[in-house]
Amino acid sequence: MLRFIARRLVVGLGILLISSFIMYMLTDFSMDYLQDLEQSTNPNKAFLIEERIRLLDLNTPAYIRYFKWLGNFVTGDLGTAWTTGTAVTKLLGTAIISTLQLVTAATVLAILLGVAVGIVSALRQYSSFDYIITFLSFLLYSLPSFWVAVLLKEFGAIGFNNFLRDPAMLYSTIGVVAALFGTMWMLAIGGTTQKRATNFALGFGATAAVLVYVQLSDWWSTPNIGPVLLGVASLGIAVGVTVLSTGLKNRRSLFTALSVAALGVILYVPMQWVFYWLNDVMSWWIVIGLGLLSAVVGGAIGALWRGPDWRQSVRTGALTAVPVAAMIFIDRVMQDWGTYNRLPQINHRPIGTIGDRTPNIRGDFWVHTVDNYTHLILPTISLLLISFAAYTRYSRGSMLEVMNQDYIRTARAKGLTERTVVMRHGFRNSLIPLATIVPIDLITLVGGALITERIFSRPGMGQLFIKSLNNNEIEPVMAYLMIIAFLAIVANIIADIIYALLDPRIRITA
Amino acid sequence: MSNPIESAENAIELKEVEGLSQGQIVRRRFFRHRGAIMGLFMLVSIILLAATSIGWGPIPGWWPLGPADRGTVVNLRGAPTLQIWGGFTLGQHPFGQDELGRDIFARTMKGVQTSLIVMSVVGMVAGFMGIITGSLSGYFRGTVDTLLMRFTDLVITVPVIVIGAVLGKLLGAANPIPLAIALGLVSWTGLARLVRGDFLSLREREFIDAARVAGASHARIIFKHMLPNAIGVIIVNVTLLMSAAILLETALAYLGFGITLPNISLGQMINEYQGAFNTRPWLFWFPGMFIISIALSVNFIGDGLRDAFDPRQRRIPSVRKMRRAEMRAQRAAANTAS
Repeated sequence: MLRFIARRLVVGLGILLISSFIMYMLTDFSMDYLQDLEQSTNPNKAFLIEERIRLLDLNTPAYIRYFKWLGNFVTGDLGTAWTTGTAVTKLLGTAIISTLQLVTAATVLAILLGVAVGIVSALRQYSSFDYIITFLSFLLYSLPSFWVAVLLKEFGAIGFNNFLRDPAMLYSTIGVVAALFGTMWMLAIGGTTQKRATNFALGFGATAAVLVYVQLSDWWSTPNIGPVLLGVASLGIAVGVTVLSTGLKNRRSLFTALSVAALGVILYVPMQWVFYWLNDVMSWWIVIGLGLLSAVVGGAIGALWRGPDWRQSVRTGALTAVPVAAMIFIDRVMQDWGTYNRLPQINHRPIGTIGDRTPNIRGDFWVHTVDNYTHLILPTISLLLISFAAYTRYSRGSMLEVMNQDYIRTARAKGLTERTVVMRHGFRNSLIPLATIVPIDLITLVGGALITERIFSRPGMGQLFIKSLNNNEIEPVMAYLMIIAFLAIVANIIADIIYALLDPRIRITA
Repeated sequence: MSNPIESAENAIELKEVEGLSQGQIVRRRFFRHRGAIMGLFMLVSIILLAATSIGWGPIPGWWPLGPADRGTVVNLRGAPTLQIWGGFTLGQHPFGQDELGRDIFARTMKGVQTSLIVMSVVGMVAGFMGIITGSLSGYFRGTVDTLLMRFTDLVITVPVIVIGAVLGKLLGAANPIPLAIALGLVSWTGLARLVRGDFLSLREREFIDAARVAGASHARIIFKHMLPNAIGVIIVNVTLLMSAAILLETALAYLGFGITLPNISLGQMINEYQGAFNTRPWLFWFPGMFIISIALSVNFIGDGLRDAFDPRQRRIPSVRKMRRAEMRAQRAAANTAS
């Protein structure tokens, strides 16, 4: 294995070298360094051109400039963008953070939703649900991202901001939305006519109840989760996670999940004090740390319930703890919604369409977090829609492939419950091909959210690339291309390794 | 008969393949795929509409206005004259006009033509490159394989959108064809890997050995014996490549690196008019609708082809069909018994 990785890395570096040469020559050829000067009417134009040529070393042939650039690059000097004189490392630093924020949220959501929907769609192959999802995913897949983004700006930002000014939904609208949700639940779960009717009624009732509650409690102006909703939702999460991870028959696992949920509700009030106390030092690292801590505590509770299969309880506990903790965090963020809305720069139009933050706002960590989210939401949706479609297709395809295998038939034949067959024998194996797609997809997104970043003017990697290409600055363009190429090589190696680790039938030959 | 349902299923399946050649089976399955047929119908209508309305090249079409002709603005701000409810009328400018009085229908049709050209050229170039690289590397293995696959890796390291941007800036401005060739030259990598995988397993099969023993040349084995067996994978992937190419071209045009004025592409139209969404939304809606329709129909055709070529794909017959087949089987059993 080590030999394989080493060999692939060496070959990868060679490819990177050749690729960098080709890229440098192409980029250099496409750039017109004197464009602005040649059109100028400045009396000392000739002198300026001369100066520019000296600055950028244009009299040297391009391949020699390439080797000079390579020498600097290898020693860690990425150069400067000559129009502004900013160091490329500094430009990249801010750009990468902005891009990562956007890409992580969109990808994580797309994978979770896409895989879930794709698998349900595969389990109900050739049902109306399957047909609707297939059509929807093809439709989303055929949407040009910039077109969606313009629509989102129009309806998502302007429309939603207008709605927030007077957040009242018509009761007929609520009815239609609830009916839609009810229908989706009915089709997704399927079964006999009676079961379908019950599911439709349940889905309709739950959606309508939530919407009416939101309407009556003036939720939009003071959004919150609160201890009561937290309790209800945690109970749902606990039961749901147990059903998927071990089945309700495993009592220890169920009790683990329930005690984790109860602990979450009990900790709700103390956590407000913790957040108050941490206010001055709050940062994303602490948030991530608290999230990890919650997973550890959840796992520990699972271990405390002991029993022969305590590992499953640990898993269930950790899986329950993270979403419950996330809800407490979201609740805390929501508490500053009003403060954020009243800021003079925001003036009750919270959903942002430009940039990744509002310039010059005053406020603590929480206000900045709200600001961050309001700017993230639209670009995330526009990225999400397209990758969601792709993941639905992938996971549906691979789940169908797995469910037609002989070992699924065997598992059914020996009398395993449908949950075990689907979750343990089907679902896990269907993730293998996905695991090879995810790393490559992530890398493409890091460099490839070009269009979304441009439309929402987020100062990310793609924006940096396009701007530099238009400004005829070769150093930032090359730095970007090298990072993308390097990540692509690494992602391919990782994909191969994951594939071999997950599927013992694949052997890596060094 | 052990299980009536299973026997009914078998009867349907047997009827589907009895005495038919592979081509006939595929064609039958394809024509039974409702989504694919709808996609095919939509694509053909769009091609016919775009080709005949404003004419193709020197051939004149039936639509009186050209994409660059300026006229007087008819409605308020040039709103579309198309009416669907309350008496269907096309009017003078069904898709409206822009601020210079140019007819949006003619411009959209020109953009559709560009998209179709780009789609076909990318499909051909990428298909050719992918098939040649993949089949050579899968058939010869060894050094050839290593070299070609490292070359593929080299092309993969460069994001398609990036090389499109660079090449588009270099030579894309005037004509869609060079841009499409450039896009085709960088988007064949996935296809090459799939074809290679197929060839690696095909070359171990008996019929290839038989051909080799019979003295067939490498070229004959590759093109006559192996390629027809891999054609399913190839066709499906080329179709998907083509739908991706349309979106890629429009995205590049949107970024300003693709086709530029005076040539028209759908993405460039949207880019030009996106600021006018509030005043002239029709400038934005119609080109977008056509991009989506083309990409959607190509995707559906690809899906239909995938189902048609996949031998393991078994359509589960509807309940009514099953019952009918079951009854037929029972009647046959009763007849033989009596």
